[in-house]
Amino acid sequence: MFSYIVRRVLYVIPILFGVTLITFVLFNLVGGNPVYQRLGKHGSEAEVKILSHELGLDLPLHQQYVFYLKQCLTFNFGRSWSTNQRIFEMLQNGIGASLSLAIPGFAAGIILSILISLALSFFRNTFVDRAMVVFCLAGISISMLVYIICFQYFLSYKLGIFPISGYETSIDGRWQYLILPMIIWVIVSLGSDVLLYRTIVLDEVFQDYVRTARAKGLTEKVVLLKHVLKNAMIPIITNIALEIPFLYTGSLLLEAFFGIPGLGGMTVQALNNSDFPVIKAMTYIGSIVYVFSNLISDIAYAVVDPRIKLE
Amino acid sequence: MTTNQPGTGLWADAFLRIKKDRLALVCLLIIILYALVGFLAWAGLIASDYSAISNDSYAAPSSAHWFGTDIFGRDVLLRTIHGTRIALSIGLVTSLIAIPIGVTLGALAGYFGGIVDEFIIWFYTTMDSIPDLLKIIALSFVLGRGLLSVYISIGFTTWVGLCRLIRGEFLKHKSRDYVQAANAMGASHYRRMFIHILPNVFHIILINFSLRFIMGIKTEVILSYLGMGVEPGQPSWGIMIDDAKLELARGVWWQLVAATVAMFFLVLAFNVFTDALREALDPKLKNK
Repeated sequence: MFSYIVRRVLYVIPILFGVTLITFVLFNLVGGNPVYQRLGKHGSEAEVKILSHELGLDLPLHQQYVFYLKQCLTFNFGRSWSTNQRIFEMLQNGIGASLSLAIPGFAAGIILSILISLALSFFRNTFVDRAMVVFCLAGISISMLVYIICFQYFLSYKLGIFPISGYETSIDGRWQYLILPMIIWVIVSLGSDVLLYRTIVLDEVFQDYVRTARAKGLTEKVVLLKHVLKNAMIPIITNIALEIPFLYTGSLLLEAFFGIPGLGGMTVQALNNSDFPVIKAMTYIGSIVYVFSNLISDIAYAVVDPRIKLE
Repeated sequence: MTTNQPGTGLWADAFLRIKKDRLALVCLLIIILYALVGFLAWAGLIASDYSAISNDSYAAPSSAHWFGTDIFGRDVLLRTIHGTRIALSIGLVTSLIAIPIGVTLGALAGYFGGIVDEFIIWFYTTMDSIPDLLKIIALSFVLGRGLLSVYISIGFTTWVGLCRLIRGEFLKHKSRDYVQAANAMGASHYRRMFIHILPNVFHIILINFSLRFIMGIKTEVILSYLGMGVEPGQPSWGIMIDDAKLELARGVWWQLVAATVAMFFLVLAFNVFTDALREALDPKLKNK
C-alpha cells in the first residue's frame, strides 16, 4: 500500500503540469490577446503595445509559459484588473466565506441523503419508496437557478424569514445569511444523491451477510446502520469525491445570488468585469483543490479497502 | 439469460424491454414531441414571430397571450417554444463534438495500450482535474458570448466520462475471439476498432447521448445566469429564468413558470428514459 500511495502522490506532478498547460493554451492562445478584453475594441495601437509589454504578452510563447508557470508555483497571480487588489489577497479574503457555506451545506446534504436512502431500503417496494423516487426524479429535473429564485422570493422576500442577501464577517453574524443558501444547497443535492445511494444500499441489502445478520436476530436498525451502511460507504465515498466539482457550481450560483463575498461570488464578479487574471487564477486554484481532494480520497480509499492497487 | 428468447440480440432484446416499459415509452413520446416542436420552430413553421415587440409590456396571461408577455411585450409562449429549439440544439451539437472526441480517444487508448494509452489517460485525467463548470466558464469567457460559444465550450470539455468508459470496453473487447478472428482474416487496426468493436460498445454511446441532453439544458441555464449563455435577445430557457430573478418581485411570474415547466417535462422525460435505456442495454443489470 505504501508504494501505491507514493505512486499516487507522484502522479500529481504530471497532472498539475497538464493543468497549467491546458489553462495556458486556453487563456493565452484560444482567447486571443487579452489586452483587447481590457482596452475594449477601440484601444489605439500604441496602447495595445504598451499594455502587451507590461503583461509580458509580446514575449515568445515559451517564455510566456515559463512566466505563467512561475505564477502558478508561487501563487502570485498579480493584480485584479478591476479592483487592482492583489489576487492572492482576494483569495485569502474569500476562502473563509466560501468554506462556511460549502462545508456545512455539502456535509448536511450527504448525511441527509444517506439517512434517507437507508430509510428507503427499509420501505423498499412500498408506496413510500416509489413516491420518493418519483419525487427525487422530479426534483432533479428543475434547474438549481429556479430553486434559488423561488426560495429567495418566498422565504426572504414574501415571508421575511431570512435576510434577502448580504453577509457579515463576524463568525456569529454570518450564519443568519448562510442558512437559506445552505437549505437550498441541501435540497438541490438531495435528489440525485438519494437516487444513487438508494441503489447502492439496495445492492447491499440482498447480500448474504445481511441475511446472516438478520438470522442471528439483529434488529433491522442494527442491520442497516452497522452492517449495510459500512459496506455501502465504499461506493458512497467514491461518489462524494466525484461530487466535489459540484461544490463549485453551488458556490458560484449561491454566493453570487446571496451576495456572499466568497470565491464563487468573486469569480462571477470577475466574469462580469472581464477580469482576466482573476478568472485565470480561479480556474487554476479550482483545479488544484480538485486534484488534491481526489488524491486524498484515493488514499483514503486505499486505506479503507486494501484490495485497491494502482495498475 | 434464461428469460431471453434464443437468438435475441442485444438490440432486439433492448427494444422488447423498452416496448414493455410503458413509462419509458411515454417519455420517449414526450422527447419526440419536443423534438418535433423544436424542429418546426427551427424551420420557421411555428412561433415564427417570437421576437415581435408590442406595447403590452408584462401583460398577464390571457387568451391572447397564454403565458403573458415579457418586458418588450413579446409573447412568452412563443419564446418558450423557441427555447425548445435552443435547448435541444445544445444537446445535439455538443454531442456531435464531444462524442467523436471521447470515442476516438477512448478507442485508441483501449485498443493500442502502451504509450498511446498512457498519454491519453494523462490527457483526460488532466482535463478531468479542471472541474467541468470552471472549464466551460473559462472557455466561453475567452470565446465571448453567444450560442456558438456555448456549443464549443460544452462540447470540447465534456467528453472525458465517455472516453473513460469506451477505453475500458475496448480494453476488454480487443482480446475477444471475434477480434482475433478479424485479425486472422487480415482486418486492419482501423477496421477492427471501428467496424468490429465499435458496434459492440454502441449502447454506451447511446446512453451518454441521452444523458448529455440533461447536462446541456441545465448548463445553459447556469451559463445564462453568469452572463455567458446565448445573447440576451435570444429566446432561451436560461435567459427567461435569468430574467425572472428581477421580475418576480414585480409579480411577473409567467416567464419563470413557462420556462421551468417546459424544461421540467423535457428533463424529466430524459431522466426516466435514460434510466430505462440503461436498464435495457446494460448486460450487468439484466434479469435482476
